[in-house]
Amino acid sequence: MNLDLARWQFAITSIYHFLFVPVTIGLAFLVALLQTSWYRNGDETYRRLARFFGALLLINVAIGVVTGLIQEFEFGMNWSAYSRLVGNVFGGPLAMEGLVAFFLESTFLGIWIFGWNRLSKKAHLATIWLVAAGTILSAAFIMAANSWMQHPVGYVINHQTGQPQLNNIWALFTNPVFVWSYIHVLLASLVTGAVIMLAVSAWHMRRKQQVEAFRRSAMISLAVLLPAVILALFVGSELGVVEATYQPMKIAAAEAQWNTCDSHCSFSAFQIGGGNNDHTPTQIIEIPSLLSILATNSPNGKVEGLTQLNAQYQKEYGPGNYIPNVFIQYWSMRVMAYLATLVFVFALWGGWLLYRKRMDQAKWFLRIAPWVVILPFFINTAGWMLAENGRQPWIVQGLMKTANGVSPSVSATDIWISLVIFVLIFLVLGVADTWLMLRYGRRELGHDPLAKLVSPGGDAGPSSTEHESSDEDESALVY
Amino acid sequence: MTLGDLWFIVDVLFWVGFFVLEGFDFGVGMLHSFLGRSDSERRVLVNTIGPVWDGNEVWLIVAGAVIFAAFPGWYATMFSTFYLALVVLLLALMLRGLSFEYQRKIDDPRWRSTWRWSLTIGSALIPLLAGVALGDLLHGLPIDKAHQFTGSFFTLLTPFGLWSGVTMLVLSLLMGATYLSLKTTGELRERAQKAAAAIGVVAVVVTFGFMTWIHVGLSNGFVPKPIEALGLIAVIAAAWLASVKAEGWAFVAAAVGIGATVGSIFQELFPRVMISTTNAAYTLTVNNTASPPYTLKVMTVVAVIFFPIVLIYQAWGYHIFRKRLAVPRVGGDDVAEKSPEVPAET
Repeated sequence: MNLDLARWQFAITSIYHFLFVPVTIGLAFLVALLQTSWYRNGDETYRRLARFFGALLLINVAIGVVTGLIQEFEFGMNWSAYSRLVGNVFGGPLAMEGLVAFFLESTFLGIWIFGWNRLSKKAHLATIWLVAAGTILSAAFIMAANSWMQHPVGYVINHQTGQPQLNNIWALFTNPVFVWSYIHVLLASLVTGAVIMLAVSAWHMRRKQQVEAFRRSAMISLAVLLPAVILALFVGSELGVVEATYQPMKIAAAEAQWNTCDSHCSFSAFQIGGGNNDHTPTQIIEIPSLLSILATNSPNGKVEGLTQLNAQYQKEYGPGNYIPNVFIQYWSMRVMAYLATLVFVFALWGGWLLYRKRMDQAKWFLRIAPWVVILPFFINTAGWMLAENGRQPWIVQGLMKTANGVSPSVSATDIWISLVIFVLIFLVLGVADTWLMLRYGRRELGHDPLAKLVSPGGDAGPSSTEHESSDEDESALVY
Repeated sequence: MTLGDLWFIVDVLFWVGFFVLEGFDFGVGMLHSFLGRSDSERRVLVNTIGPVWDGNEVWLIVAGAVIFAAFPGWYATMFSTFYLALVVLLLALMLRGLSFEYQRKIDDPRWRSTWRWSLTIGSALIPLLAGVALGDLLHGLPIDKAHQFTGSFFTLLTPFGLWSGVTMLVLSLLMGATYLSLKTTGELRERAQKAAAAIGVVAVVVTFGFMTWIHVGLSNGFVPKPIEALGLIAVIAAAWLASVKAEGWAFVAAAVGIGATVGSIFQELFPRVMISTTNAAYTLTVNNTASPPYTLKVMTVVAVIFFPIVLIYQAWGYHIFRKRLAVPRVGGDDVAEKSPEVPAET
C-alpha cells in the first residue's frame, strides 16, 4: 500500500514537473536567440519578441521551479531507504546541480527580468544566455543522476555494508545511457519550446496581427524545430539500442516481445489486447526486421524475450517477477514515436511553406499549428513513462528494488494527505498556468509600456525631480 | 578535522546563508501587506526583493542537497521524519514563489489578493517551519536503532523547536524591516523604520529566551558560547540601531544576529546531526551518516571551484540593484494597474 501510494505520488509529481521543464529549457534558448538578433541588428521587433516570449517563459519557469522543489524533497520524504543506500552516489549530481546550475539560472533570471534598462545591452544579453546555460547544465546533472538508476556505473560495493559507493565520478558523465538520454531530453526540450513559439506565431499570423513580426519568430522557431525533431528521432532510436544493451527488459516490454527472436524481428504498429497476462495479442501491421533494426541497428539483430530475460534475472537475482508493466511500455513507446513523427511532418510542412514564402496565406497550416502545441507534452510524458516504467521492478537497475526503497517510517495516511494536497494544488496551478499562457500568448505584441512610463509626457507633465527618479520607478514596477 | 566535519561546516554555511538572505525576503514578504497601504506601495515593497529572492532561495535547495550528498543517512531520516511538515513547507514555497510572478498577471482584485496573501502567509510559514525543524534536530526526537523516526506529526512540535521557529520568524521580520528602511524612500521608509524599531524589542526578548534555552536549558552551563553571545549582542545592537534609524548598520547587525542564531543550533549539535531521545546511542552523527571519503572529496573540489563564483555573481546582482525604490508618481500606477502589459513585457 505504502509502496503503491509513494509510486503514484512520485509518478504524478515528476510527470507534472516535466510538463514545465522542457518549456523552460526550450524557451530560454529561443528567447536568448531572439534577444541576440536584437543585439546584432538593433531591430526593435526582436526586442519586443524577446520580451513577449520571455513573459511566456517566466510564467512557466515559476511552476517548473516550485514543482522541482517537491522532487528534491521527495527522495528523502518517500524514498528514504533508497536515499540512505545510494545518496553518496545519487546525491552528488543533485548537490552539484544546485551549486553549479540552479544558482546560475535563478540568480541571472532575476537580473535579466529587472535589468532591461539597468544593464548595458551586451551585459543584459549575457544574462539570458547564462539563464539558458543554467537550464541546460541543470538537466545534465539531473540526467546523470537518473541515468545512474538506469545503468549504474562508477561505484564499488562495500563488502562490509553491502552499500554501493561512488569511486569514479566521471563514469556518471560518460555513461552511455546518460550521453544519449541527455541529448535526447535537450532535443525534446527544444522541440517543445519551438512548437510553442511556432504555435503562438501562427495564431497571430492567421489573425493578421503584426504578421511581419510573428513571421520572424515563426522562422526562428522552425529553424530550431526542424533540425531538433529530426535529431531527436535519430538520437531516440540510438538510445533504444543503448537501452537494449543495458536494460534489455525495457525494450522487450516496449515491443511486448515475450519470446526471444533471433533475427529479422518484426515491429508491430498496433496491437489489440496485450499486457502482462496476455502473451498473444493480435498484432496489426507488422513491419519485418524493423524491431531488430531499432534494438540493435542491424536487421539480423537478436531481440531477447521477456520470458527468457525473466528466467535469466531469476537465476541472477533470486526469485521474483522482473517484467515491467508491458501495456504501459508498449503504448508509451508508440505514443512517443508516432506523435513525434507527426511533429516532424508538421515541421517539414512549415519549412516548405517558409521556403516558398507562403506561410502567411497557408490557412490550414496556421489553423492547425496552435493545436500542435499539445503534442510535445504527450511525447515528453510518454518518453519518461517508457524510461521509468521500463526500469521496474528496480529503483536502481540490478542494485535495489523499488519496493525496498520506500520510507519505513512514513505511514499510508501521511502519503494520502500529501498526495491529495499535491494533486489539488497541481490542478489549480495547471488551470492558472494554462489560462495565463493562453492569455499572454494571444496578447498583442505591444510597445514597451515601461518605456512610456519613464519618458516625459502625458497629462501630469512630470517635473524634473520626477524625471530624475524615473530610473527607480521602472524597477519598482517590474513585478 | 575529517572531511565529514568539513562538510558539516559547509552545510551550516548554506543554512546560515539561507536564513540571512531569505530572512529579509521573508520579512519583506510578511511586512508588505501591512506596511504598504495601497496596491502600488505594496508593489514597490515586493520589488525591493524582486531581482534577488529567486537566487536567495537556492541556498535552501543547496543546503538540502548538500545533506543528501554528504550525509545521506541524515537526509533520509530528517526528510522522512518531518514528512507532513515538509508538505506544508513545500506548499508555502510553491505559493510564495508563484505569487511574485503571477500576482500582477491578471487585473482582478480577488486574483491579486489571493496571491498577496499567499506571499504574506507563505513568507511567515517558511522560516517558522524551517526553524522548528532545526530546533527539533537539537531538542531530539524519538529515533530508533535503525535511525527511523517513531513518533507522529505532533511529536515534532517540541517546545524548543517551536521557540526556534518563532525566533526565526521574528528575526526574519527584523531583517525585512531594516532591509525595507534601506531600500525605500519617503513615507514607506518611515513606516519601515518604525516597524523595525518595534520588532527590535520583540526580537531582543525572543532571542534572549532562545539563547538561554539553547545554552542553559539544553547543555547545563551559564557561560554562553561565543557564537551565542554574538547572536544576542547582534540582535540587541540591531534593535538599538533600528531605533536610532541607523538603517545600514541595523541591517548588518540583524543579519549577524540571525546567522549566529542558526549557527548556535549547529554548534550545540556538533558532532551530532539529529538527536535521538529514545537512546543516546541511536543519535545520528557526522560520522555515522557521512558519505564515504571519495564522494566528499569530489564535492570538495566542486565546491572550491564553484562556490566563490556563485558568491561573486550574487554579489554583482546586489550591486546592480543597490538603489532605493520610490513609489512612482508619474501616473505610472494607472498604466501599471490597468494594463496587464507591464508585468507581461518582462
